[in-house]
Amino acid sequence: MSFEWPWQYNFPPFFTLQPNVDTRQKQLAAWCSLVLSYCRHQKLYTLDVLEAQESPVFNNKKIERKLSVEAIQVVFEELRKKGNLEWLDKNKSRCLIMWRRPEEWGKLIYQWVSKNGMVNSVFTLYELANGDDTEKEEFHGLEDWMLLRSLQALQAEGKAEIITMDDGKGVKFF
Amino acid sequence: MDRFVWTNGLLEMNETLVIQQRGVRLYDGEEKAKLDVGVVLLSTHRLLWRDQKNHECCICIPLSQIIFFEEQAAGIGKSAKIVIHLHPAPENKEPGPYQHSKYSFIELSFKEHGQIEFYRRLTEEMTQKRWENTPVSQPIPTGPKAGRTRAVGIVGIERKLEEKRKETDKNISEAFEDLSKLMEKAKEMVELSKSIANKIKDKQGDITEDETIRFKSYLLSMGIANPVTRETHGSGTQYHIQLAKQLGDMLQAPLEERGGMMALTEVYCLVNRARGMELLSPDDLVNACKMFESLKLPLRLRVFDSGVMVVQLQSHSEEEMIASALDNVSDKGSLTAEEFAKLLGLSVLLAKERLLLAEKMGHLCRDDSVEGLRFYPNLF
Repeated sequence: MSFEWPWQYNFPPFFTLQPNVDTRQKQLAAWCSLVLSYCRHQKLYTLDVLEAQESPVFNNKKIERKLSVEAIQVVFEELRKKGNLEWLDKNKSRCLIMWRRPEEWGKLIYQWVSKNGMVNSVFTLYELANGDDTEKEEFHGLEDWMLLRSLQALQAEGKAEIITMDDGKGVKFF
Repeated sequence: MDRFVWTNGLLEMNETLVIQQRGVRLYDGEEKAKLDVGVVLLSTHRLLWRDQKNHECCICIPLSQIIFFEEQAAGIGKSAKIVIHLHPAPENKEPGPYQHSKYSFIELSFKEHGQIEFYRRLTEEMTQKRWENTPVSQPIPTGPKAGRTRAVGIVGIERKLEEKRKETDKNISEAFEDLSKLMEKAKEMVELSKSIANKIKDKQGDITEDETIRFKSYLLSMGIANPVTRETHGSGTQYHIQLAKQLGDMLQAPLEERGGMMALTEVYCLVNRARGMELLSPDDLVNACKMFESLKLPLRLRVFDSGVMVVQLQSHSEEEMIASALDNVSDKGSLTAEEFAKLLGLSVLLAKERLLLAEKMGHLCRDDSVEGLRFYPNLF
């Protein structure tokens, strides 16, 4: 399924950081949702800033406009404030994109677990993310670090416990 | 040290004290003089030294005896010194502390500092040579030649330079004397014309129309009367008030032609071109424009955020302008400042200001790219 670009994507001013404060707020909100939906569609969990410049998200070749590096940083900062982005390094060159927050993932996973009556059983992380049983689930293919965070969120809610086993980690659901 | 003579330490008529410094020891050449530490005094005519403990012991030497002098910086355990080279003592010299000395120079050792200021003052006195202008009652023996001393060595060169400088100074002042005399005369001329102009005003009947007109034209050619000038109406606010009224009349038509707004620079050019003579300074223009509102004239001076100043008709409505700007942009999809200017017949500067204002109000948004700055209707 090809990605559906929002109308702003083809509006040249979208690629210029607006000086008017109100206009800018709306513009940034649109950018945030665009980045998140794009990453969700492409199942991207990390972004590299330099690569991002050339990615179709920030570079619309058709109207010959692209977002400047400063503007990209502003968008990323906006995402970070909202809790959807986390920097992997101090230089802010790579980041994690959480188009779904760990808590939200956790909820999905728990729903599947309880729906299938598998509460009180133990799973390895691999089984959860890559097992045959979970193939149809949204969280199938979830990257390890994200999975771990989601389970940690569940753990904080008292709904799971992460266990360290010989060859990796596992989780028990309550 | 044999050039020094005993003195009572009192200053003569016409002799003034320049500077004194305590804590000074005298050296005969490089050897300490058989005197204690004392106060050294510099006057316009002499160099004096008095013993700090025994005030009766006071010696002096005329400044004319000094050939030249130099500073010697302080060292470890040594104070700063001024070394003074002297002419040989004249034959009729009065008695002093030393009958003879194998040195022709002395040193002043500044045990309590003060050498910098003393050196400076000594230099001044030696340059000015005030003792030559005001001879004191007590005869002061000078060098071998009476009157001017020989012009040799460094001192001679310095003296020559000084003379040259004085000469140049004199020439310059003379030249400017003429100019100041001219200025005086010009002032008189202006006063004269003013008084005649006033007389004409008062005694209308006595002088014929013809002559009045002719005289007025002479005054005009000299740059007096009629245009609202600083002379006729005084400087300051009165002037600006009159000027503002004049501008109010003058600018109505041009403003309407240009859609109700003109940049202040355009106003400046327009007004001065119309005046011909008695041009306005930018300051005067600005100050006059500031009075528009208080004088209830139908014009306003307005300053944009970017600092651009315009004169606009009071009837000019900002909202209308912005609404029409939005229409124009929506019509064409997008506009640059240049395109907008051409569309409206405005200057590019004013067109840009209007677009920026519309953006500030949130009606437009911008597209900044390598192609330039474009404005779009704000669809966000």
